Amino acid sequence: MIRRAWAGVSAVLAGLANWRFFKPAVFIACAVPLLVVAYELCQVLLWNQPDALGADPAKALLHETGRDALALLFITLTITPLRRLFRVNRLQIVRRMLGVWSFTYAVVHVSMYLVFDQLCYSWETCQIGDIGKDLVKRPFIIAGMVAFTGLTLLAITSTGGWVRRLKKNWQRLHRLAYVAAVAAIVHFVWIQKSDFSEPLKWSYWLAVLFGLRIYFTIQKRTATRRTAVSS
Amino acid sequence: MLIKIKTLADIPSSEITPEHVYRSRRDFMKVAAAGTVGAVTAAILGDTACAQAPTGLAALSAKPNASFGVDEKTDPLNTYEQITTYNNYYEFGTRKPQPAQNAHTLKVKPWTVKVDGLVEKPGDYGIEDLVNFNQLEERVYRHRCVEAWSMVMPFIGVPLSSVLSKVGPRASAKFVEFTTVYRPAEMPLWPYAGIELPYLEGLRMDEAMHPLTLMVVGLYGKVLPNQNGAPLRVHVPWKYGFKSGKSIVRIRFTDKEPLNTWQATRADEYGFYANVNPNVSHPRWSQAREQRLPSLLKNRPTLMFNGYADQVASLYAGMDLAKFY
Repeated sequence: MIRRAWAGVSAVLAGLANWRFFKPAVFIACAVPLLVVAYELCQVLLWNQPDALGADPAKALLHETGRDALALLFITLTITPLRRLFRVNRLQIVRRMLGVWSFTYAVVHVSMYLVFDQLCYSWETCQIGDIGKDLVKRPFIIAGMVAFTGLTLLAITSTGGWVRRLKKNWQRLHRLAYVAAVAAIVHFVWIQKSDFSEPLKWSYWLAVLFGLRIYFTIQKRTATRRTAVSS
Repeated sequence: MLIKIKTLADIPSSEITPEHVYRSRRDFMKVAAAGTVGAVTAAILGDTACAQAPTGLAALSAKPNASFGVDEKTDPLNTYEQITTYNNYYEFGTRKPQPAQNAHTLKVKPWTVKVDGLVEKPGDYGIEDLVNFNQLEERVYRHRCVEAWSMVMPFIGVPLSSVLSKVGPRASAKFVEFTTVYRPAEMPLWPYAGIELPYLEGLRMDEAMHPLTLMVVGLYGKVLPNQNGAPLRVHVPWKYGFKSGKSIVRIRFTDKEPLNTWQATRADEYGFYANVNPNVSHPRWSQAREQRLPSLLKNRPTLMFNGYADQVASLYAGMDLAKFY
């Protein structure tokens, strides 16, 4: 029963990954939330619908883009375990793109903080001193910036050139994705006043991802030991 | 020369259309006129407009009290929609739109308020026993949340001092504590609140008796909606919003400083006084600027005591406000 379900999932994933338009379809899916954000910004700023996102559109947009970035980061991190568990190697072709999309949403998220909270829509109004204070004194901003810095490094080094240049270190560097994921959850927890149910759900997902990584490492070690013994 | 001064007393208060109601009617007309499907749209919109100027909630007549008003040019009123769909009332969900969706389950009739502690006339009171509905005032107050957003709201109520005087606080009473209703059966989302319930708040007696402190029963010419703290709530405009307890079921007079819920939850972030103060930042964010909703930008300098310093600064003369935050 379980084996059949497993094979079914495997077949579905393989069918999806081998579909001619798999990569463009994922690209479009990743772009949709950004279009939604653009549409909402137009509603509030251009089309005179100040309440379209509720009384606090800035908070709504910040939460939305933050959530998008976090979700895409987690989907990116889930690709490798899925590929290994269900042996669908072609899933790998969308991993980089998903990661770069996560970074894109993080850029929009940080830009919104800079413009809405710190008034950086012009040099004169930008509260550079307050940004500095936030970065030094507010733990949740620090955690957010750790996540963002991590994602920035990963996005910069995501190209083929960097993979070649860094060789083995590339993989090591790209484990930073996990650091970014932890920092993003901490950032989420620290902005909550009392209800932690939502960041908690993300940490469950992260725990599963870590669990799978440990499982794969153990599996790989036993496999290498076996080959060492037999040869 | 004869100078004829029209006094409010010449016109029954029910005849006066407050400016904001008038304006919202005009806005409604504009919206209706702009409707592309003409009359049909207008008919449908008619219903929505009524929902916006709430259906089901009875009208309350109140005299506008201009001496407690704000300058409408610098502090324009927020809309009824904004004030009633963006609420912190954790018993009905921790996200801002949730109380508007969920608070209808709270039964606000009948309602009794238990008065006890250091008071001459303890007992269970009905709302009419505490609030004189013939003396209702409308006051436009700034409302500044500790989360650094603010709104301007036309409340209807009576000075809290008039309520407290009715029950006769003893001279030994130094503080008054307010308990918010807590009925799990009517509050399906209470387990997510993440704070100890029932919600407790308190004021020093001189703060509670201050003429600015209001016992609120209405909003925008109508009975208070549940999500805004029906049937009666406190409003203390120079303090962060969490000091203004909603749906009060108990008023207790005491000689000890009450431990308010947010202080009990995180004492490093929320104190007993919680006076609006741009110079004392919350550990997680600055309080120097605020976002006047629905603006996107946090570009408004926060005023000391939320702009009520002239009236209330003397209450705190000699106190270190960074220590008593």
